[in-house]
Amino acid sequence: MSNSLETASHPENLRRVAIDPVSRVEGHGKVTILLDAQNKVQQVRLHIVEFRGFEKFIQGRPYWEVPVMVQRLCGICPVSHNLASSKAMDLIVGAKHLTPTAEKIRRLMHYGQILQSHALHFFHLCSPDLLFGFDSDIAKRNIVGVAAKYPDTARRGVLLRKFGQEVIRHTAGKRIHGTGSIPGGVNKALTLAERDELLADIYQMVEWSRDAVHLIKEMHSQNPALYNSFGAFRANLMSIVGNNGELDLYHGALRGRDANGAVLFDGVDYQNYSGLIEEEVKPWTYMKFPYLKALGQDLGWYRVGPLSRIQNCDSIATPLAEMERREFVAYSAGSLMHAPLAYHWARMIEMLFAAEMIKDLLHDDAILGHELVATGERALEGVGCIEAPRGTLIHHYRVDENDLVTMCNLIVSTTHNNQAMNEAVRQVARYYLSGHEITEGLLNHIEVAIRAFDPCLSCATHALGKMPLQVELLDSEGSTLSTLTRSSEGDLS
Amino acid sequence: MSEKTFVLDGKTIPYAEGQTIMQAAMAAGVYIPRLCYHPEFKPHGSCKLCTVKSNGRQAASCTQLAQSAAVVESDTQELNDERRALLQMLFVEGNHFCPSCEQSGNCQLQATAYALNVMSTHYDHFFPDRPLDASHPEYLLDFNRCILCSLCIRASRDVDGKNVFGLAGRGIKSHLIVNAQSGALADTDFAGDDKAAQVCPVGVILKKRRGFAVPIGQRTYDLKPISAMPDAKES
Repeated sequence: MSNSLETASHPENLRRVAIDPVSRVEGHGKVTILLDAQNKVQQVRLHIVEFRGFEKFIQGRPYWEVPVMVQRLCGICPVSHNLASSKAMDLIVGAKHLTPTAEKIRRLMHYGQILQSHALHFFHLCSPDLLFGFDSDIAKRNIVGVAAKYPDTARRGVLLRKFGQEVIRHTAGKRIHGTGSIPGGVNKALTLAERDELLADIYQMVEWSRDAVHLIKEMHSQNPALYNSFGAFRANLMSIVGNNGELDLYHGALRGRDANGAVLFDGVDYQNYSGLIEEEVKPWTYMKFPYLKALGQDLGWYRVGPLSRIQNCDSIATPLAEMERREFVAYSAGSLMHAPLAYHWARMIEMLFAAEMIKDLLHDDAILGHELVATGERALEGVGCIEAPRGTLIHHYRVDENDLVTMCNLIVSTTHNNQAMNEAVRQVARYYLSGHEITEGLLNHIEVAIRAFDPCLSCATHALGKMPLQVELLDSEGSTLSTLTRSSEGDLS
Repeated sequence: MSEKTFVLDGKTIPYAEGQTIMQAAMAAGVYIPRLCYHPEFKPHGSCKLCTVKSNGRQAASCTQLAQSAAVVESDTQELNDERRALLQMLFVEGNHFCPSCEQSGNCQLQATAYALNVMSTHYDHFFPDRPLDASHPEYLLDFNRCILCSLCIRASRDVDGKNVFGLAGRGIKSHLIVNAQSGALADTDFAGDDKAAQVCPVGVILKKRRGFAVPIGQRTYDLKPISAMPDAKES
């Protein structure tokens, strides 16, 4: 697990190529590449250049406001932040067990979000690369181009996303930034009319989700050389899994595997995440680098998200998705699939799982119930964890006896994938860019690798006052004249 | 004896001797925007949102007595432009983050802004630093949202007989305070059944651990605009 190409040994006199901004991802990031005179790649970095302050400005606010406030981190998967913080606040209000109605409404909301977010990513953001080719005509390499050439595919993408958003609206009150989940439960169940409205469309959504799995599977089978190797690197993986090792995106315990698939840890209560994970800060990006404490910084980084989850679980509870999971596992003949493009395949299996789960929940009368909120003995600290569309999401809060938040730590899905994404772009740079004249199409290869992770860069940058900075004054030859460094403690040197 | 009337925006409004323009308009079912007025308290005339033109002269309709045969203008472009500016100034002077405020949907400032089509805050935000008072076991004070309407002051003084709240500072530095040596609500005799606990038109005086219990779609102003029930929150 190499960090080579992170820092060039002699950056002076190297030519700098920047992809700024990285397009068709959530949030703002850039990639910088340093090339020598022979166009050999010497350094590649994915920088996250936007800056948020949620961990700081949530301090001093009342705890019941937190689930609604922190979801403003993101406009794509706010439900994840809403639910992760709600789960933490459940513990604050002593609700160790939700009512059946509350838990099922939350699950329904979450699977609605998984469906809409995965559909958005696959159809709107990535299908242009996959359908037209990575270096195809840039003018057509977008969702409008897809709609012109593959109108049925584009239409399904739009309607799948719309359906997921309707599930969210009926459970949270709004398509984006609702208020349905509150500490200890939810503030509404579904009405019969709302359930029937969703039931009318869900079978079509299951069918289209299954078709989407078949579409990406076909792409793999048509070009295995590309799909199995593009940007591929070996990595550990982590996710939560259900009590019986099954795929569960709402609740479970942490399980990790090494790059060979051997279990590194299992059944770890996410309340104890800080004993498992450490975060490293680097001066050239606002996004931290988490790693497994037991393995250290160099070996302990890992991958999260659909590719990890589908290979980390032992089974999937819904029949169609389970059938697809078995085929996915069989494809790599028992070993872990490490290729970033396999994320798309795994993601579509999850979308099918989400659609099947929504169907099952809509047939469960508990979602029409009236017992919405549970309470118990008040606590001062809580950790909430959920599998967001992009991976494991951890919210950790301390709340004082006057009900105000005193500490907040968020480890966001994309942050877990920071080192993995950097490794993927370095692999692509090594094999596609190094030694070649750089073209837009070649640079898009870098973006394709990043997009596979479905990163949410805006979610992933929220620390305040911890950012180490390095300012360098260079002469016209690129040689360093002077350097000013601020450490993560704020010391200048 | 013939009924006394005046004309408000072209409509004949009856009134009784001693009634203000606001009181007569309310009795006739005509909405005049307001924030510091409450029918149970003596008018304060400070928010100026209810300013009308009576026989061509501007006056706060909550304090101006109705006059026979007066011609009163309220719902005009000129007056509504001024009301919008007043609302925008209220928004920027405090920290009103509607997206994460538990009073969103129940807030008279927000509802009035919607009623008057305020589309932006226009002015530069002050972003004042106003720490919360969470000392009381059952109630929270979020001073960030105070619009200095003084309803809580009047309610506590005139109805509850407790004098829990007051205004300190002058001009732009005016701010709500708690009358206790420590300045903390917990050190007063404030109680949940006080009138002062019920009258805040925004989100300053909040019952703890209850935020967001009402779903979107069922909040006060989700159901009807403020012009249809301007005093719903107090009732």
